[in-house]
Amino acid sequence: MRRFPLPLLVPAVVGLAFLVLPLLGLLVNAPWGTLPERLVEPGILDALRLSLECATLATVVSLVLGVPIAWLLARVEFPGRRLVRALVTVPLVLPPVVGGVALLLVFGRFGLVGKYLDQAFGFTVPFTTTGVVVAEAFVAMPFLIIAVEGALRGADARYEEAAATLGAGRWSSFVHVTLPLVAPGVAAGAVLCWARALGEFGATITFAGNYPGRTQTMPLAVYLALETDLDAAVVLSLLLLVVSVTILVSLRDKWIS
Amino acid sequence: MNLLDAHLIVDRGTFRLDLPIGVAAGEVVALLGPNGAGKTTALRTLAGLLPLTAGHVRLADRVLDEPSNRAPVPPERRSIGVVFQDYLLFPHLSALDNVAFGPRRRGVHRSAARAQAADWLGRVGLAEQARAKPRQLSGGQAQRVALARALAVQPDLLLLDEPLAALDARTRLETRAELQRHLAEHPGATLLITHDPLDALMLADRLVIIEDGRVVQEGDAGTIAAEPRTDYVARLVGLNLYRGQADEHRVRLSDAFAITVGEGGLAGDVFVAFAPSAVALFPTEPSGSMRNAWPAVIAGIQRHGDYLRIQLTGPIAAAADVTPAAAAHLHLEPGREVWAAVKAAETRAYPA
Repeated sequence: MRRFPLPLLVPAVVGLAFLVLPLLGLLVNAPWGTLPERLVEPGILDALRLSLECATLATVVSLVLGVPIAWLLARVEFPGRRLVRALVTVPLVLPPVVGGVALLLVFGRFGLVGKYLDQAFGFTVPFTTTGVVVAEAFVAMPFLIIAVEGALRGADARYEEAAATLGAGRWSSFVHVTLPLVAPGVAAGAVLCWARALGEFGATITFAGNYPGRTQTMPLAVYLALETDLDAAVVLSLLLLVVSVTILVSLRDKWIS
Repeated sequence: MNLLDAHLIVDRGTFRLDLPIGVAAGEVVALLGPNGAGKTTALRTLAGLLPLTAGHVRLADRVLDEPSNRAPVPPERRSIGVVFQDYLLFPHLSALDNVAFGPRRRGVHRSAARAQAADWLGRVGLAEQARAKPRQLSGGQAQRVALARALAVQPDLLLLDEPLAALDARTRLETRAELQRHLAEHPGATLLITHDPLDALMLADRLVIIEDGRVVQEGDAGTIAAEPRTDYVARLVGLNLYRGQADEHRVRLSDAFAITVGEGGLAGDVFVAFAPSAVALFPTEPSGSMRNAWPAVIAGIQRHGDYLRIQLTGPIAAAADVTPAAAAHLHLEPGREVWAAVKAAETRAYPA
């Protein structure tokens, strides 16, 4: 058997420990004795439900808006395409809190767009559940766009040419050929996007606030609990961990492989 | 009146394709040329995947592309079927749905499209593979599905891009025979793109040979095989080819070398061609009349079927085919000096 090179093996083991130990810490410190009664406290399940709903809605929004963006970036030559690609990835490098501030400036009651939404429809986005979805989609959509664009670039565009010679217009060939070909990439991107949205904290608390039942998602609840009751924070964290890992693993089995 | 009437002019950097081409209904034309000659560019412009720089494409009296006049018709609105070199069967669809794809996109109802597709799969002998995904098909089967898919839209023009290139030798033989049958039944025009002369000679009614984006020769298989006009075509059909000035039976190939040919009454620039099997080799200068003989040096020896193909240098470069027994008897080896001879009656001379 070939020996593993130590310069690769040692950092790999250290890195694994670094990633896994904090999770172990959660498990070790969990108040196992009082866990059942803590889990059924009303606030907790509300926060969990809100988290799952908002992350799922944000993923749906990201799919509807992000897949067409990825298609544009991967398949259409247009001036300024590099600039657009850079803009799309800005939310990735922007601190989420800054993203939240920026969203307030646009969708706030006196913001660029929010002003008109308020005047015309009496509709406010910030500090509502809609605001949570907006904040999560803003932060998570780039993950989906990058994954889908990569999949589109990897997919052989000549299949689309073959579809065209068979009578398929661009929309038809997108629906019947391109999308099925990149489905694994779209699924992977959606999972990544969903996971990022589920863990979103900074933009959410800035843009949507922290109202239990309306905008308080699990990460916000964890942060709030930390101030008063460490055990409650650990329970919330553990719950979020178990739910997200379970969902990701079941999706992986279904979609990725 | 040709069903396809096109003059393809495409500029790509320093390369220019300038190809007038017409194909009648029911006719199979092979576009033959070396790599980089512009064959694929020609196919892509006809299919609408690449715009013309100038010229025109007319199919069944409908203008598909004419840069001086109008924007090109997009590929999905051309009555053209394409069999791509690597087939490009949609990997997520069954063989049946691949074939039904074209009719579906052209507005045929799902069940009717599937019935048509099943019919086409039956015609290419793949009724039992209808539900198979492309990755479960052998190379020959995939080729037949690709053909069925292209024919299922009943195109006025069928384009085949190196349809047999991806197959192994044995499958190629069977598939070629079957392809010939389907092409004969196709009522529209067919343009076959290939670099394999055998495919072209077997499948096509007429050959158009291009080099560097231009037509160098065109005609039926017999004429091209007998009277090649470029080194490339001569190599394809396996002949020695020379160009020279004729004066009755003598053709001067260079300042120092002339050859006697069977044809008389020639004058001016002519081609002279003869087969490698017509060249005989001798250890010393042969005697006898009506023979062209010259001293030559052996440059190389290769196996060529049951024969050895001897490459000769000397006053003219030539290839000679000899039996292994003769080669052993003459002690042929690279660098050895021999005499080469060709009977005048075995040469063919024709105006350049």
